[in-house]
Amino acid sequence: MDQGNPLVEETASAVSSLSEEVVRVEGLWKVYGRESKRITSDKYSQMSKDDIRKKTGNIVGLKDVSFSISKGEFFIIMGLSGSGKSTLIRNLIRLIRPTTGRITINGVNITKLSENDLLEFRKKTFGMVFQNYGLLPHLTVLDNAAYGLKVRGLPKGKQYAKAMRFLETVGLSGWEDYYPNELSGGMQQRVGLARALANDPEILLMDEPFSGLDPLIRRQMQDEFIEIQDKLNKTIIFVTHDLSEALKLGDRIAILHDGEIAQIGTPEEIVTVPADSYVQEFVQDASPAKVVTAGSIMVEPEVLLYSWEGPRTALSILKNARRSGAFVVDKKGILLGVTNINRLERIIENPVESQTKRIDASAITKIPSVSEDTILEDLFGIVSANPYPIPVIGENRRLVGVVRTDDIFETISPNRGDQND
Amino acid sequence: MIDFPEIIRIPLRDWIDEIMSWLLNNLETFFDAVGWSILQVMLGFEFVFTHIPWFIFIPLAFLGGWRMLKSLSSGITFALMLFLIGTFGYWEMAMQTLSLVSASVLFSLLIGIPTGILMAQNNRAESIIKPVLDGMQTMPSFVYLIPALMFFGLGRVPSVIATIIYAAPPVIRLTNVGIRTVNPEAVEAAKAFGAKRKQVLWDVQMPLAKPSIMVGVNQTTMMALAMVVIGSMIGAKGLGMEVLLSINRIEVGRGFEAGISIVFLAIIIDRLTFSLSERTSQNNQSHE
Repeated sequence: MDQGNPLVEETASAVSSLSEEVVRVEGLWKVYGRESKRITSDKYSQMSKDDIRKKTGNIVGLKDVSFSISKGEFFIIMGLSGSGKSTLIRNLIRLIRPTTGRITINGVNITKLSENDLLEFRKKTFGMVFQNYGLLPHLTVLDNAAYGLKVRGLPKGKQYAKAMRFLETVGLSGWEDYYPNELSGGMQQRVGLARALANDPEILLMDEPFSGLDPLIRRQMQDEFIEIQDKLNKTIIFVTHDLSEALKLGDRIAILHDGEIAQIGTPEEIVTVPADSYVQEFVQDASPAKVVTAGSIMVEPEVLLYSWEGPRTALSILKNARRSGAFVVDKKGILLGVTNINRLERIIENPVESQTKRIDASAITKIPSVSEDTILEDLFGIVSANPYPIPVIGENRRLVGVVRTDDIFETISPNRGDQND
Repeated sequence: MIDFPEIIRIPLRDWIDEIMSWLLNNLETFFDAVGWSILQVMLGFEFVFTHIPWFIFIPLAFLGGWRMLKSLSSGITFALMLFLIGTFGYWEMAMQTLSLVSASVLFSLLIGIPTGILMAQNNRAESIIKPVLDGMQTMPSFVYLIPALMFFGLGRVPSVIATIIYAAPPVIRLTNVGIRTVNPEAVEAAKAFGAKRKQVLWDVQMPLAKPSIMVGVNQTTMMALAMVVIGSMIGAKGLGMEVLLSINRIEVGRGFEAGISIVFLAIIIDRLTFSLSERTSQNNQSHE
């Protein structure tokens, strides 16, 4: 975890600093029924989906949905069945035509495109992965993976070369000549993924891609997909009904309820600050341990020792503060480790070592540290293995705060917000 | 009082008769052309079937049964059935019947599959064509036997026409249903990659609908066979004519021989075309 984090931090900051908008959805409505256009007026936007159906007989699929997605972002659309999430993702590629509203992708308003321009636009911009894979059963795995390229009119040789490369990316080399029905569900979905990736799309649309898989395979696919995404860094729009999947994968999550967006936010925001009772109910079983990060619950260390202070000073600081131990940092603020009264006293009593002006290595125990975006779940192992608070380090291994054991357990205890607040 | 008032009468019969005579007077060349082309195809099939000697045809049927159905006993059964037809003295008639059925099926498919595609892609077309198909299948065949006779004269051509009317609906319906029930995700996937309507049709819909279409072909073939006796009433030669003659002369034994020959042909054709549809569906079953 520690090793991978600087990279994640870097990409995250790159995303936020550039924040180049790729998808922008404004006032999107999808209404099924005779008077669909009329329903999208202001008069109805305050009414609930049920009331509109009872009053007018029109079924609202999406109700005044607006959001935007930046380049490289992993955006999750989450909701239960019937919430409109599949409708929403299909609107983005205009497999379903919106009733009103604007969908701007890379600055192009796709609701206004002609049929031909739309086909071209789909070829260039999108790759899509489906819940039940949407493979063509009469074609081999290789031909399936190459289908998008075939539609684009690439010569056969190039189609296959590219398709092969992405079959390899998803771990399916050697399976090219099989037919989809000879593969397991997880492998079929890999073919679906390879097919989408082979087109080198800017935006990857994924409609519950892992929902049809067994839990174990699902987890494995999620992990592998995270790896693939780390390499390719696409903009991803991912539909799911599975909260833990959403929290695990998403940079941001939009929760849909009855065709409306109930909340958009980072996983942590969604779990810790639910916007309304619906979201609250949705996330109540979610473990904050999976979303809350060390950075958000860390505090400043009450006592901090500096290596140049020397053992005697350190000892008196600790005694005054009634502490048995503390973290030690050097001049640059880099964490060296932890020391305690016993060790300092032993050094002072020892005639040779007592001459030292600094708290040096012999007094310091190295301890594991975490970064700001480490989730609490990953702290459990460290908590159980050592008695100290957990140091949180930022750039260049500088100490930025500590996480106290009590705070961890207070955050994840299920009745937080009831009694503790 | 209880009787339907005679005053209210729609003279549909007169209108139709008028339309008929108008068509006969004005479109004679058109019907002649249609009749001529059907006849050529008919003659082609007849030439082929009557020129293959029985001692080659029977081994071919054996091979077909053996290889396509993957069973030796089917092959032997098919060969035996054809041999029996020969021993009844009906070899040539059986071949005439076979060519009539083949020509009718060919035309039924040429008309039926595109019609089925049109229905699948256009809801309005479907709602118009569906009742027409119902009519084609339930209208007593004698009703259109007579106009067919008037347009095309006696012989093979009107009976091919009548057979098409009777036999085309299953392949039309099953093409339509087959395309409409193709896994929607596969269609969406093709569309999502920017495939044109035509590409979606030929890359996805038709291949995935193939098992259903093949069942339609099988049904159409069986119904065409069922029409041979009726077709013989307007002059189509073959086993049907033989059945008709023996009915007229009350020769039960002769009628039975001819009848069972038709049944044998039906069994062979049914099993062979069915194996085609089975084979296409093997690769098409997607793992759910």
